[in-house]
Amino acid sequence: MSALQPTLPAIEISGMTKTYQVGDAEVHALHGVDLRIEPGEFVSIMGPSGSGKSTLMNIIGCLDHPTSGTYLLDGEDVSTLPKNELAHIRNKRIGFVFQSFNLLPRMTALKNVIVPMMYDPDNHMTKEEREEHAIKALQSVGLGDRIHHVPTELSGGQRQRVAIARALINDPVIVLADEPTGNLDTRSGEEVMAILDDLNARGRTIVMVTHEADIAAHAHRTIHLRDGVVESVVLNSSSLREPGPEGEEMAHEAK
Amino acid sequence: MKPSETLSVAWEGLTANKLRALLTMLGVIIGVAAVIIMMAVSAGTEATIAEQINSLGSNLIFVNSAMTQMVPGRESSGGLVYEDAEAIVDQVPTVVGFAVEQQTTASIKYGNVTLDDVTILGTTPDFPSVRDVQVASGRFLNQNDLDHTAKIAVLGSTVAEELFGNADPIGEKITVGSTKLTVVGVMAPKGTVSGMDWDTRIYTPITVVFEKFLPSRFARMTGDRVRTIYLQAESQDVIDSTILQVQLVLARRHNVSLDNADFTVRTQQDIIETQEATTAAFRNLLGWVAGVSLVVGGIGIMNIMIANVTERTREIGIRQSVGATEGDIRRQFLAEALMLSLVGGLIGVISGVGGSWLFGHLGDMRTVVVPNSIGLAFFSAALTGIFFGYYPANRAAQLDPIEALRHE
Repeated sequence: MSALQPTLPAIEISGMTKTYQVGDAEVHALHGVDLRIEPGEFVSIMGPSGSGKSTLMNIIGCLDHPTSGTYLLDGEDVSTLPKNELAHIRNKRIGFVFQSFNLLPRMTALKNVIVPMMYDPDNHMTKEEREEHAIKALQSVGLGDRIHHVPTELSGGQRQRVAIARALINDPVIVLADEPTGNLDTRSGEEVMAILDDLNARGRTIVMVTHEADIAAHAHRTIHLRDGVVESVVLNSSSLREPGPEGEEMAHEAK
Repeated sequence: MKPSETLSVAWEGLTANKLRALLTMLGVIIGVAAVIIMMAVSAGTEATIAEQINSLGSNLIFVNSAMTQMVPGRESSGGLVYEDAEAIVDQVPTVVGFAVEQQTTASIKYGNVTLDDVTILGTTPDFPSVRDVQVASGRFLNQNDLDHTAKIAVLGSTVAEELFGNADPIGEKITVGSTKLTVVGVMAPKGTVSGMDWDTRIYTPITVVFEKFLPSRFARMTGDRVRTIYLQAESQDVIDSTILQVQLVLARRHNVSLDNADFTVRTQQDIIETQEATTAAFRNLLGWVAGVSLVVGGIGIMNIMIANVTERTREIGIRQSVGATEGDIRRQFLAEALMLSLVGGLIGVISGVGGSWLFGHLGDMRTVVVPNSIGLAFFSAALTGIFFGYYPANRAAQLDPIEALRHE
């Protein structure tokens, strides 16, 4: 991945605002956010509802444009790209993991994982090669024996692992996880977090939105959003990572 | 996305709800089947008409007497006479054959069998070729018979059968009215053409009819009257000019103007035109049925595709989130609409061909499946799919991924 240019941040956001027009009123979802995420980092984003974290996730995930400000993804300015370009960015450089899994219901685990490869115009693999690649991805999340099951035949934890395999299939720059454990019981949630930890340990950049503090603690840093600005950034020294003193708090000025 | 993948994704989308897909296709099925049956029926009717044209004789011109207003001070021309036919053949070079016809009825007797009111058709040697009839056994009349007023007869097949059964009638003498005629030939069966049964009459030299059966003094004075003169033109191309020349020759001989002619000149074309008009009206009606069915089928497709897009908004959002472009989504839903219409088209083709066969075998309607109509039907079905599938597909493509993912 971004090992070629170690100094280039995976994500660099500066002065980002997002304003929605709701009827006659303007709603300012983001008020000027600066954010820098290095390659290989695991960052969690927390904040109460209305804090703008969904908006920020949508923009980071290239599902939405910012109203102003810049967003460099792996050094490339994606803040003003047209729709189709954004689709390609989502396809190749971002891997989504959603709270509600968002698997295609009628398709087997294998086919779900193959879908992003089908939308990659630069992927010239044969059908067999794709299947082989997808099977490997499913094996890496421990689902080698479940590849021909449709989502309804899988448990919540298994579905989320299929979603992770799908997110990774095109080797993205970042994995964007939106409440990845929100619909899971504790045990399944821990399994999923173990996989994300493992991915990060192997160098994958992960950005995760959550409202659960213990889940957020899996990340190196937790960014707290409030009223559309970064309220604080907390460096975690979670017991899961490296046992040590409490997290250090860094105050950020609101614009 | 590769086209093959687009198709397989679309196929999976459709087969997820087979009953709905089938019901959606119904309109297209009916439309396509209607196109094929329509073409088959009209082709069948045209084939029947073509056969009738040919059975009348090819490139045939009919000349008949017509009623005219009597012009004071001028003698009646007396209608068509045998010499008119000869004059036409002499003066119009594009006439390659002719036959004249005069008929009467009489009773025919052989042994103890008597047939009443049999049509006695006096004619000339060219009759079989001009009117496209064949002699089954023996021979037809020749010029010699005509010149010598030979007392001979050629029997229609039904007449021969009724008088002689299985016995050979050639050489036997039959009594027609009070005249004895020798049978020299029997015609092949022809059946009923234009309301006349050709097999229940007998043929004799026209000179025999003039002398023995129509001894009208008036007719003898003005010439040998004939009922119809059949002329065979050289080819279809010269028919119009031939007709004009025939009219001029007759008008001069009868001393009448073309506006007030005492004869009519018609072609086979005139005779069958009415029939064709009926066929055309029928074809147009079926054409409208087919067209309306296709439109209704298309609206059905559009309706179901809109429902599909709404129902699968979430799926669309998921696909967008993993990198589907507007084009990918549009193509997927267009492919679904296209498949609905093409599979519907295919079933329609099968039903259409089957329906044509049923029409032909169960009804008395003749049908000929036109290969082109299958292509036309398929093409229309595909066009319907694209036309009515585009709007829903475009709507799907332009969904906002965030909204779509939030759906449900």
